[in-house]
Amino acid sequence: MATDLAPPPVQAVPRKPRRGDKVSTGTALLRYRWLYLMLLPGLAYFAIFKYLPMYGLTIAFQDFVPFLGYSGSEWVGLAHFEDLFTGPDFGRLLGNTLILALLMIVFAFPAPIIVALMLNELRFNVLKRSIQSLVYIPHFLSWTIVASLTYLLFSVDFGVIANWIHGFVGGTKVDYVAQAEWFRPIIVMQTLWKSTGWGTIIYLAALAGVNPDMYEAARMDGAGRWRQFWHVTLPAIRPTIVVMAILTSGNLLDASFEQLWLMTNSLNRSTADVFDTFVYYVGITQGGYSYATAVGLFKGVAGAVLIFGCNWLAKRLGQRGLF
Amino acid sequence: MSAKKSVGQHASVGSRVFDALNIALLVGLALVTVLPLLYVLAGSFATESEIASRPFFLWPEKFVTSTYEYIFATDTFVRALITTIVVTAVGAAVQVMLTLTMAYPLAKRYLPGRTLVLNLVIFTLVFSGGMIPTYLVVRDLGLLNSYWALILPLAINPFYLIIVKSFFQELPQALEEAARIDGCNEMGVFFKIVLPLSKPIIATFSLFYAVGIWNDYMSPLLYIDDNSKWTLQVIVRQLTSANAENALASLDSVFFPVEGLKFAVVVIATLPILLFYPFLQKHFAKGVLIGSVKE
Repeated sequence: MATDLAPPPVQAVPRKPRRGDKVSTGTALLRYRWLYLMLLPGLAYFAIFKYLPMYGLTIAFQDFVPFLGYSGSEWVGLAHFEDLFTGPDFGRLLGNTLILALLMIVFAFPAPIIVALMLNELRFNVLKRSIQSLVYIPHFLSWTIVASLTYLLFSVDFGVIANWIHGFVGGTKVDYVAQAEWFRPIIVMQTLWKSTGWGTIIYLAALAGVNPDMYEAARMDGAGRWRQFWHVTLPAIRPTIVVMAILTSGNLLDASFEQLWLMTNSLNRSTADVFDTFVYYVGITQGGYSYATAVGLFKGVAGAVLIFGCNWLAKRLGQRGLF
Repeated sequence: MSAKKSVGQHASVGSRVFDALNIALLVGLALVTVLPLLYVLAGSFATESEIASRPFFLWPEKFVTSTYEYIFATDTFVRALITTIVVTAVGAAVQVMLTLTMAYPLAKRYLPGRTLVLNLVIFTLVFSGGMIPTYLVVRDLGLLNSYWALILPLAINPFYLIIVKSFFQELPQALEEAARIDGCNEMGVFFKIVLPLSKPIIATFSLFYAVGIWNDYMSPLLYIDDNSKWTLQVIVRQLTSANAENALASLDSVFFPVEGLKFAVVVIATLPILLFYPFLQKHFAKGVLIGSVKE
């Protein structure tokens, strides 16, 4: 009896398959064949030019002879790393790299933040935009141009700035571009000139996102200009600063190769040599592929550890990380 | 404080002093940025003796174009200029095409395997094989001394790829769906619907890629030994490095305006960038969206 009253069993209607349903690999390949086809060239690029070189890192553990190839060369384990860590170059390379990195942290990292905050305080929009347009320009100039400008302005014969300094200080003429002790100041100056303006963009974007009501509310509560800056402006760009700090930390050891290579000469090698340029000298000019790769691998691993470490630290300190 | 606040509000003395100082410093910064460039421009039209005798000038006393005439009369330089223009144009086209076609499938959230590919891409930002293994791959491919060595190893910039992918994800899906219902396959949708909607971002990244190739010095340094295949950046380097006199010998014939030549070659290498600069500037903020890396 009761069964008569029961509703008829619901028929499971097979619904049409929709995009995004879980499907077997074969079906997926067939259904999304055009998308996979479009993905192929890009995948090939990453396989050949990004992941094949990673496989090529194995030569750091071999005595690589191009004629014998990756499979035929003799395995030597960690011999190249031992050479590196016990050799005469390591201390100098590590020292130079770290000192340059430290100078970048002290000068190049805060500079765009300070300039962005200054620009943010500028109330005349036309002036603000003009200044922005001008200070972005160097970012688009090549390192060869920047190096050439440096040579032109600081050369011992015609250098405008070199002559000014000489007229001001007197004494004998200094050849700034060929002196080990002037190498670092010149590099820092170049970096500041080239990247400070462009670096402000990301902070200005964060500052532009601040709700004007926040300032209004702060003013209502009697906050002066300084208090507004301290309690509204700075908190607004803190997350951006953290993300940039993590990104920068990963690049601590890759001093910009082109910049340094262009400013390095036989007279300033003692302060100029860093891991990146050393890899070029040993690997490309002297053909020491295996040793150079070992140096590069050491640097790459250290860089990756740094970036993940800083990311972890940022998260521990309650900031949003990168990964 | 904010732009909303009217200047007319009676600001305190301290606030006004700060404003004056702030403007002075920022104007100074802008001047430090452009004055070297203006000096080089002026110097390239000046005589050798003026460059040697005058400390700093923004307008030459005697306006001459001899340095440019000399440069454009040398085979080496003209060849390098043409090479650079062609490699930049072809290279940027290849790079943009590869970036767009890879970004589009990655923008489809339902595509199986998408996350894996994205992670593989992001990993390359953190870790890479490095200079020597990459050099060996290029060598094994037989690309040494080939112009393709200046293009292919840098074909896709992972940052650009991720930004383009985010852009595709934000396109309205309705149009694409309509095209699919009308019987377009994915390729058709991509070429007929998506690309026409993406003109601004295609323009932006064409420019960014082009600037990258134009300015690239590391690739020719690594992969090009042949003097006849030099690019403009190599010439700039050869002429202005500390031992320019030896390098000049590798240019044709005898040199004459040594200093002026350095100025002029810097101007020629900079000029195209500055011509495109207004267009580059239009799309700045898009190029630095690191936030889009996060899903």
